[in-house]
Amino acid sequence: MSISVNNISKHFGAFTALDNISLDIPEGELVALLGPSGCGKTTLLRIIAGLEQADQGDVFLKGDKVTDQPVKNRQIGFVFQHYALFRHMTVFENVAFGLRVKPRRERLGEAIIRKKVHDLLSLVQLDWLHDRYPDQLSGGQRQRIALARALAVEPSVLLLDEPFGALDASVRKDLRQWLRNLHHDLNVTSIFVTHDQEEAMEVASQVVVLNHGRIEQQGSPSDIYDHPANAFVSRFIGQTNVFDLDEQDNDWLQTAGLSTAHQKGKIVHVRPHDIVIEKSSANSDAFVTLKDWQHLGSLIRVELVKNGSAASVYAEMPNDQFKRLHLNKGDKVDLRIRHAHWFH
Amino acid sequence: MAQSNIMPGFRPAISFTLVYLVLIVLIPLSAMLLKTFQLSLDEYWAILTNPRVQASFRISFGAALIAAVVAGVFGFIIAWSLVRYSFPGKRVFDALIDLPFALPTAVAGIVLATIYEPRGWIGKLVMDSTGIQIAYKPLGITFALIFIGLPFVVRTIEPVLQEFDTAMEEAAASLGATRLQTFIKVILPNILPATITGIALAFARGVGEYGSVIFIAGNMPYISEIVPLLIITKLEQYDYAGATAIGLTMLILSFLLLLLINGLQWWVRRRSGQL
Repeated sequence: MSISVNNISKHFGAFTALDNISLDIPEGELVALLGPSGCGKTTLLRIIAGLEQADQGDVFLKGDKVTDQPVKNRQIGFVFQHYALFRHMTVFENVAFGLRVKPRRERLGEAIIRKKVHDLLSLVQLDWLHDRYPDQLSGGQRQRIALARALAVEPSVLLLDEPFGALDASVRKDLRQWLRNLHHDLNVTSIFVTHDQEEAMEVASQVVVLNHGRIEQQGSPSDIYDHPANAFVSRFIGQTNVFDLDEQDNDWLQTAGLSTAHQKGKIVHVRPHDIVIEKSSANSDAFVTLKDWQHLGSLIRVELVKNGSAASVYAEMPNDQFKRLHLNKGDKVDLRIRHAHWFH
Repeated sequence: MAQSNIMPGFRPAISFTLVYLVLIVLIPLSAMLLKTFQLSLDEYWAILTNPRVQASFRISFGAALIAAVVAGVFGFIIAWSLVRYSFPGKRVFDALIDLPFALPTAVAGIVLATIYEPRGWIGKLVMDSTGIQIAYKPLGITFALIFIGLPFVVRTIEPVLQEFDTAMEEAAASLGATRLQTFIKVILPNILPATITGIALAFARGVGEYGSVIFIAGNMPYISEIVPLLIITKLEQYDYAGATAIGLTMLILSFLLLLLINGLQWWVRRRSGQL
């Protein structure tokens, strides 16, 4: 295991930030710590880095116990949410910092440092900015410089706190792909913190879902999406329709083809793309009406209402399929549920 | 000239500034300059090269400079403690910093003289243990000027330290820097310009300080006589031209020194990428 965390707890006053967390991350993974704000994900990252002390529990990096080691001895690379670049140094000096502060015995020669820094700047495709100051860079450029600076010390693990949080949408999209490719090339075990489930699913090879200081589920993105461990994960990852069987949804779901006979719980979650709709004949006794629909690019999201209910049900389908149905607002539809998740 | 400006009120603002500048600053200063012109260049030169005058210049500027630098170091530490740590009585301590601003300087001077004189509380202690006399010596002048200059340094550094992004320190530590390296390479360069400003303010105030100094100085010609006192002495002897000659020289020297400090500050800012 490259990173191991054992029974970590952390309190801030009466608030429990982390509640007995244990986590193992194998070598070479790119892991997302995903959760709503205040779930303790950043605290966990900072404890792994050594920027924060846990109340109890141990941290292991590459099998060595580092719980009592200060951050400077842990050989980690940390990328801060707001980059924390040294604003009084040029881009070059920022990246060179980690190499220059090494003890004299370990310090590289000036020529080697120069080469190394320029190589790193080329890696993040920003060598042409080497004599600028951080204030003169855009957000995306600062982010990449912060990454180059962290990589300069050849860390055994790379930790990123909300790496795309402060960037605008289009830059974020580019950087996600770029980070994924960079990780593929470097193969450094990496953890990044995010509250954006889409980002986690797109970038990470493993996703750890946190809520209220506990781990809800850990797994590959497809695992987490297809087999959510509980209602929180199911609702947090992707879109879902929630039906509570205690409230008259029972008959309706049976009509939609969902067998409630061997039910495993009372709450049903249905993904929008698992609902198939068809136009019903004029004299049908269908009791679902198409209220509205939205264009989401390649998908169409259809908003449905059951007669006598205020709550909407959402279904999604590819564009061309929707066109073939020739549906209009106010049409009655039949619907079929292909797949559902049951929770208590 | 019918240029529209995004910020309205340029003309009233600049007019007010100019009127203010002329009335309060330029007229009094030029009056002093005119008075000096009553003297011939030789007479002016004779006053300035007078050994007693030169000694007082050395004492005034020397003590002010040393005091400003010492206040700079202490002020930095105090500002650091106030911003970074919380301790009981912090608010009271914080209010105490401004006391030298508010206290009548003569009161400060008398208190300092009483405590630091050879028979005073601290004066006696220092005298007995090291044989060093503080009051009635240039050292006493420096002490008084440190007292006066300290709040200037603390209040200039404090807001800059407050705004300092502590994530930069964490970043330095994560890159393997020791606490000392972090301080020297990351914190200091960011706080240095403000520290220099604080030192410059303390120095400017110290050079002209009169009230708090004269009681502790002892005012011995050639030893502990400051320039402002010499000016008063000349005035009391109805030597107005002599007094203004010294005053003008002091003004020019102070101006040159402040210019130098501003230049130094510009250089530091530029070197650290803050310009």
